[in-house]
Parts: sequence; C-alpha cells; structure tokens
Amino acid sequence: MKPLNRLQMAWRVGQDIEDGMVVNLGLGMPVGVSDYVPQDFDVVVQSENGIIGVGPLASANAADSDLVDAGSRKVTLRAGATIIDSAASFAMIRGGHIDVTILGAFEVASNGDLANWDNRIPDKGPLVGGAMDLAASAQAVWVMMEHNTRKGGPRLLEACTLPLTAVRCVKRVYTDIAVLSVMPQGFLVHEILPGISRVELQRRTGAPLAFAPDCKDLITPDIALPEA
Amino acid sequence: MAIEKRRATAAEAVAGIGDGATVMLSGFAGAGFANQLVAALLDLGPRNLTLVVNSATHRLSNTHELIAAGMVRKVICSAARGHDKSALSAFEVLYKEGKIELEVLPQGTFVESIRAAGAGIPAYFTPTAFGTDLAAGKEVRNFDGRDYVLEKSIPGDAALIRADVADRWGNLTFHHAQMNFGPAMATASKLVVAEVRAFSDTPIPPEQVMLSGVFVDRIFVAGA
Repeated sequence: MKPLNRLQMAWRVGQDIEDGMVVNLGLGMPVGVSDYVPQDFDVVVQSENGIIGVGPLASANAADSDLVDAGSRKVTLRAGATIIDSAASFAMIRGGHIDVTILGAFEVASNGDLANWDNRIPDKGPLVGGAMDLAASAQAVWVMMEHNTRKGGPRLLEACTLPLTAVRCVKRVYTDIAVLSVMPQGFLVHEILPGISRVELQRRTGAPLAFAPDCKDLITPDIALPEA
Repeated sequence: MAIEKRRATAAEAVAGIGDGATVMLSGFAGAGFANQLVAALLDLGPRNLTLVVNSATHRLSNTHELIAAGMVRKVICSAARGHDKSALSAFEVLYKEGKIELEVLPQGTFVESIRAAGAGIPAYFTPTAFGTDLAAGKEVRNFDGRDYVLEKSIPGDAALIRADVADRWGNLTFHHAQMNFGPAMATASKLVVAEVRAFSDTPIPPEQVMLSGVFVDRIFVAGA
C-alpha cells in the first residue's frame, strides 16, 4: 500500500477526536483534521488569534479580511463561537484549557521532546509563533508528520537534532506509515501501514520501537489530493 | 472640558512619537493592522525605534517600510520571516548584517509580557520555552516539580492599534479577529492611538465596549 497522503493522515487523526473536545490545529497539515471530524460532534476549534469555534473556510463572497485564523486563512464561525483578544487566547492555551493540540513537526524524540519551529533555513529569520506555548501547556500534544525526511532520514529519534519547541510533551505521533504513542519507555507502535513489516518500520525509525499487543493495520479510505 | 480624543489627520494622531521610542503595533494574520497610522509614523520619521509587533514583516502590514527606511533599531516579535517569500526582505538583510537587533519570543510570552506591563507586573514565570534556545540565559525556577522561565514585562511608549468603532471618549469595539493584540498593547503603552473604521456620535453602549476609552488617548477615523 502507498503511504498515506496528507488528507488520509488528517482523516486518521480525525478518528481520535472526541465529541466535546477543545482543540487547536497547527498550520499546514493539522488544520485539515477538522474536515474529518463527524458533523454531529461539537468540537471547538481554537485559533491562537482569539477565535474559539473556527468553522470551515469562507466562500469567496462571504470572506471577511478580519475573520481569519492564525494561518491567515479566511474562515467562518461555528454556532456558539466567541472571539477574544490575544492575551485571553494565550491564557486559554497556557492555562491548560486546550484538550489537544495537533502540530506538525520536523522531529520527535522517544522521550517526547518536540522540534517543530526552526529547521535552520539559511538567510531566514526565526519564526516561533504559538508553537512553544501550545506544546508546553496543552493537555495533550499530538504530532502529524511524514515518518521520514525527503532524503529518507528518520524524524523519530532518540534525541532531536533541531532546536526544541518543548521538552517531554508529545503523547502521540501520526505518520504516513504508522501510529505511535510516546510511553515512559519510548515509542509504542499501535498501527502500521499494510505491506510494511515491523523490521522495515524499525529500519526507518531512529529510536527503538515497541509494538502494542493489539498492534493492527493502518487503514484509511482512499482520499485523493486536490489537483495542484 | 469635554473629552474629545478624535484627531483630524493620521499625522496629528501620531505626533510626538520621538527618537528611541518603543512602539507597539497591533495586527495578526491580516487583521488589525493600523496601516494608516504606520504610514503617518513613516512620514514623521523618528529614528532608533524599538518595534513590538507580532510579525516583523507581515505581508499585509507596512511595518517593513519603517524597517526599510532605517527607522528601527530593534524588533521584538514572535515571527521574523520576510515580507516577501521569494526575496530577502529589508529586515532580513539588516538582520544578516547585524544592523538590527531581534528578540524573538513565543507568541504567548510576547502577549503576556505586554499584558503584564499593562497590569503593573515587572516579571513572571512561565513554563513556555523551558529547555529551548529561546530560554537561553533566562532564570529558571522549579515550582511544585515543574520548571518555569522568568520573563520580563514589555512596556511601550506608544501603541498604534486598529479597531472598528470609537466614540469621543475613546471607547472601542473590534470587528472579529481584528482585536488580537490591541487591548493588551493599549494597557501597556503611554500614548495609545486607535485607527478606526467609524466614529459614533453617541456613546457606545457600555456593555458593547470591548476596550475602555481610559486606555486610549487619540482616535483617527480612517474609514474601511
């Protein structure tokens, strides 16, 4: 089977979102998760710029340049939404009022350390945004990222090589070939893409893997990426 | 004498912001930039400014024009990426050459430090950034088994913020996510100027006021 594309990864994460959760979705792949939460769930999506209750993207004729999420996307509001200022928004984040934050990452270490803000692009200034606040203080940090770098190197490591976002914070990792959790002993594999053996998964991972007794196939629907 | 905070022009609204001032600029993700006030500040031309702005060079703000004009000594922000994705911005050129000082803070620390200044708190502890490069050199203390970083508050000399409607007392409402850093910056700065879409000749009903006029010194009605 082919590795999951980003929409299939978003679908898989979406299956673990529970009714009533307050979530924050990081820029890039994670914002796509909200498309795969069941319609009848009351899930509250918070965005760092102060929106509590982000809805789907706005249509062109309904777009309002003041109604944007933290990624500058023009969005709509869900029924029951509120808008607060940045100080209150980060009090919400830093005070532990986010149940789950779903973040992209460059690297995750087997002790839960996260590196997702500085990939050392030459000539570019640093950009941290709200990543450190979310990673340090959300009740749970879930990461979604490709299992390997473009060059094939591991992103799941014994220790991060890139600058850290927060220490010992990641609880779960969803990749294009596996679903893992971070346990006190290290990575525990819950699901593997059919066609990838445990040996192969270990070979593509930079830290020792343990396998859950009920470890199963990682199965998602076929979801085509939109044409570029 | 009756309070009247309205100023006829953007130039009058920013008058008095001088060399060496710390200037806070609201705005995030395209909403809440006081771009007409920033343009007036560019015309006024004070030097050696410290800008306190979430994004050093957001593509929908004109902050980068202040930087390109050589008016800025230091930027305190959470995002220092370029104005233009393809080319190096004026900010990045100056930063690479060591000609502009940069302090990058996690966005929550950025706004909490501003909020703290507005509430008379000189410094505070937060778990954010513990164990990362952004906590390098900062005091760490353990409370009840968890490590926290000491962060200092950020007071401002002036704040240029964008709001929706103002009345003559300086009371403000905000439209959607335009609010972002405005209220915190207004409490933290000595001179607070609000650029607004519309002016209300009647008082804004108290329960609809989103930022009290006591935190606002001048109003410039800029239109939509």
